[in-house]
Formats: sequence, C-alpha cells, structure tokens
Amino acid sequence: MGLLSRDRGRLRTAGLRAVRLVSLLVAVAAGCFALMAGSPVDPVEAYVGADTAAIGSEQRAQIEERWGLDEPPLERFGVWAGHVVTGDLGTSQVFGQPVTEVIADRFAASLSLLALAWLLSGVLGFTLGLLAGATRGRLLDRVLTWWAYTLASAPTFWVGLLLLYVFSVSLQWTPVCCAAPLGTLPGEVSLLDRVHHLVLPALTLSVVGISPVLLHTRQATLEVLASDHVAFARAQGERLPGLLLHRVARNAAGPALMLQFASVGELLGGSVLAEQVFTYPGLGEATTTAALRQDVPLLLGIALTTALVVFVGNALGDLAHRVAVPRTREVAA
Amino acid sequence: MTSYADTAAPAPPAVTGTTRQSAPSPVDGSDAPAREALLQVEDLEISFEQYDRGLRRRTVTAVRGMSLAVHPGEVVAMVGASGAGKSLLGHAVLGMLPPNARESGRVLWRGTPVGPAARRRLAGTGTALLPQSLTHLDPTATVGAQLRRAARLAGADRRTARVRAAAALREQGLAEDVLRRHPHELSGGMGRRVLTAIALMGDPALVVADEPTPGLAPASVAAVLDRLAGIARAGSGVLLITHELDAALEVADRVVVVREGRTVETTDAGAFTGDGLRLAHPYSRALWRALPGNDFEVTAC
Repeated sequence: MGLLSRDRGRLRTAGLRAVRLVSLLVAVAAGCFALMAGSPVDPVEAYVGADTAAIGSEQRAQIEERWGLDEPPLERFGVWAGHVVTGDLGTSQVFGQPVTEVIADRFAASLSLLALAWLLSGVLGFTLGLLAGATRGRLLDRVLTWWAYTLASAPTFWVGLLLLYVFSVSLQWTPVCCAAPLGTLPGEVSLLDRVHHLVLPALTLSVVGISPVLLHTRQATLEVLASDHVAFARAQGERLPGLLLHRVARNAAGPALMLQFASVGELLGGSVLAEQVFTYPGLGEATTTAALRQDVPLLLGIALTTALVVFVGNALGDLAHRVAVPRTREVAA
Repeated sequence: MTSYADTAAPAPPAVTGTTRQSAPSPVDGSDAPAREALLQVEDLEISFEQYDRGLRRRTVTAVRGMSLAVHPGEVVAMVGASGAGKSLLGHAVLGMLPPNARESGRVLWRGTPVGPAARRRLAGTGTALLPQSLTHLDPTATVGAQLRRAARLAGADRRTARVRAAAALREQGLAEDVLRRHPHELSGGMGRRVLTAIALMGDPALVVADEPTPGLAPASVAAVLDRLAGIARAGSGVLLITHELDAALEVADRVVVVREGRTVETTDAGAFTGDGLRLAHPYSRALWRALPGNDFEVTAC
C-alpha cells in the first residue's frame, strides 16, 4: 500500500467522522428542542420566578411576544438554530450570563474532577482486572470480582453519601463540600486546598467506571493467558510478573481502552449526581440547577456540549485501541 | 534415513557436530557405556481432576503409560492419532501442565529425576518448545521485542539481548528489518523462522516440536523438517510430536508410536519399510500401511 493512498484513506475516515459529528449534533439539537417545546416548562414563569402572580396577563403576553413564544415551534427552532450556528447559545436565565460563558466556566471546574476520576477508574480498573485475571479462582480474584459487582450495583449518589459520612463526617479527613474552603475568594485558593476538595468527589465518580473496566480486563486477561503466544512465552521460561507485563497487558488493554473512552458519557452523567452530593460547582451541578429552575437555553447548551464530549471520547477510544492493538490498523485503512 | 540404537556411540559434541552421525555403531558387548539420554520418560501417567455438576469429583486419565528417551543429536518422533496424549507429554516435559493435572511415573533429565517445578525451571534453556503456527507470536509486540525478551529470559543483559536478537534472525536467514515488524506483517515462512529463532535463543539441549507440519504446503513441510534435522545435527535432541507418520519418517531416527495414552512401540525409523513386518505392534503396522504409498490399507485393530 502506498503512502499516498494511506493518507487518502485517513482523510476519508476523518471526513466521515466530521459528517457523523454534524449529523449527531443536528439530531441532538432537534430532539432536545422538541422535548423542551413539548414539556410543560413555561419560560416566562421560569424567568419571573415567584412573582408570577404579580404580573398581569397583559404583561405576560408582552413578554411572550417579545421572546417570540407565540410563534410556531418550527419557526422558533429555526431562529435558535441560526443563532447556535453563529456560536450564540443565548443567555442563561439563572446565571444571567451567556450560555457559552457559563458552560466554559463550569466545564473548566469539572475538568479536573472528571480527569482525575477518569484516570483513577482506568488505572485502578485495569490493574486490578489484570491481577484478578492472573489469580483466577483464588482468593484475590474472588474478592476483586465480588467488589466489582458490588460497585457496579451501587448508585453513585449513595456511594458519595457513604464516603462523605465516613471520611468527612466521622474521620474528618476531607471537607464536606465545595471546590474550595468556604469564604475564600477564587484568587486565594491554594493548589493543595483544591486537591483536598477534589479527592472525595473524584473517588465517588471513579466508582462508576472501575467495575466495567475491571471485569472486562479480567475476562480479556483470561483469554490472553489461554492463548498460544502465552504458552510459547511460558515455554521460554517466562513467569507470572513478567508474563503480565510483557505478554498480557498490551493484549488485554483493547477492551479497557474502548470502555474507558466510551465511558466519558457515563462519567458526565455520574458527575451530575456526584457534584450535587458534594456541592461541587461544576457542569454537573449547573445541569441540576438548570433543570430544576427551568433554564431552557442553558439546558440545550449543556445537551449539545455533552453530545460533543461523548463523541470526542468515542473517537479517541477508537484511535487509542488502534494504537495499542496494531492488527486493527490495517482493517480501518 | 539413518538410525542408531540406544547403545550407539557417545553424544556428538554440541558445536562441532555439523554432519549427522551416520556411522552405525558396532553392536558389541554390553560393556560399552550407554549414551546418557537427555530426557527419559518412564511410565508417565497424567490425569485431570475435574468437577462435574456440583461438587462431584471426577478423574480423567489422559496419559496412561508413556515411555521414551531422547538422546543428544537425534530426532525422536512421537506418532499417534489426535487425542492420544502426545501434546500432553510435550507439555509435561516443559513443566507446563495446568494446575489440576496429576502425574505419576518418572521423568529424568540427564539421568536425574526432575519434578514438574524443576522441569519448569529447565524450560527455555534446557528444553524449548518449537511451535509452528503464527498464533504463538504476540500480535501486539514487534519481532525484535519478542526476540529481545527471549534473550533476556535466556540470561542476557539489556545490551547483549539486542545483539543476540539480530544475530538470531540472521542465523535463520532473515534480514534485520524484520525486527521492526509485527507478526501480522510476516509471511508464514518468515513467521516460522522467527519462531525457530526465539525457540533456539536459550541454546536448548532438547527441542520439543509440537505438530509442526499439519496444514503446510509440501515445500514448507520440507523446510520445517530440514530445520529440525539441522537442530539435531548441531547436537541438540529433538522430540517431534506429530500425527503425520510420513513427514516424521523423513527426519526421525527413532519413532515412538502412541495410542490412547500408551506407548505401543519404540522402534528405529528404518523399521517402517516394505510390508512393515519389522514392526512389532499391529497398530504401528496399521499406521504404516494406511499411508498413501502403501495402498491406503485400513485394517481394524
């Protein structure tokens, strides 16, 4: 295969990806808008808040007209979508800021939490999965598998509350809430403080990802350990620690990588609950606030952002899998 | 086709032996010291403990009494139908039986009895497995990485491992750029050479070749058998495990016929000739007569 045709193949794959991304975003935008239009959410009521009773029907009609709420949904969608294409997602009613700004701020705050939880669940899940597979049927394997099943069936918010009770309330090792000590200004928070506030939410959030990675890695490890090339390595005198490191780890990494990147969506979903439990001011907490206070522009913006992040996660997973397992390289070209 | 009996001349030295020792030993008195066998297996029995439904335990005996001996510089072919327990014996020799296996009988290495753990320690330097299917190469690692790892396992340090990896490839007639390739970028023939290079890395005294020929084109079969003969010429013992009698006879000095977990006959390869009347056991004769060149005759036995 020539270099040129390989490059062309890559270009085509990238083009296909872009088309897929655009169609996904269009579908998400249309779907979410339809849901919002069909829902009993009343933007005027959400905007005015508790004073709804104080404004008359005349004033109300004026607001509706000004916002274009009396027009048919399809037309409203057209206007909104036209603004979205130019990068204007509207203004958040709750925060009184442009939606893009709110999302950027909150996402930046969530990023450290998400990244830490993601790394924690990936590294822990993979290592423990390898260990469980290597000690199949023995005590360690049984304990790890049992633990993974327990975690898989435990809801995030419940695990969060439990950790909060043990480490923050009983042992008082970690703070009870928030991303920084109460009453400090954003400028004067030290890195240590930040990490201190991050540990427990990250741990809670990583729980979502550990067990699938652990269980799949364990299965992959068992398969690799039963393969011909491991038998050959053993015949060369290779023993267990070396066997795992040199012959098994990379072969078993495929499913773990795919899962890990595909779980970005679950991670975002989990962050909604985890951030609520720990009152961590991230994107997840903003989502809850937006939903509870019927902030339609912010909700739509978050839906689009989440779709984008999940798509990028999946694409990266594909890429990482192909790098780790070279056989799949040829197939894709 | 040459053969020597157990009482043949002493082992050829490992390095100088470039030509097959074909001088027939004078069958003189029993006072000539018997050549020490590399590997001797005596009445080996292998069984597996399995759990049936629930906790009922069941013992399955797969090998019921196998005996054989391999001397330096000779090719011993173990021939028998699939499921006769040939490969299990090969795994037992390398100390690679699964944990639920039980064995009895004796295995001797250069005259000393060796248990499974001791055999496991011998694997790689004393004994080596020589597989032929490319699934025995790690699909995610380059040929170079696998060769270097084999060299490290054979006791080389990081730097010499690099040198030995390249040298091992050259010895098998492969160019150095093969080092950077992954197994899926190798042809079948190249892959088998790489496997040979890895297997011989630890300079093993005994090479166990497990079913090396099935499914190969005649030219490839000849190449594989040639390589096995070459290993024996260089002074190592070769245990060739196969169900293809005709291929085995091309290179084997002696043939061990196994059936349903038992050795039924150990004979010189030269005994497989004519009507097979020099073969002692009816099963060996049946195997011989069933070959294409011998009328495909199938007798019930």
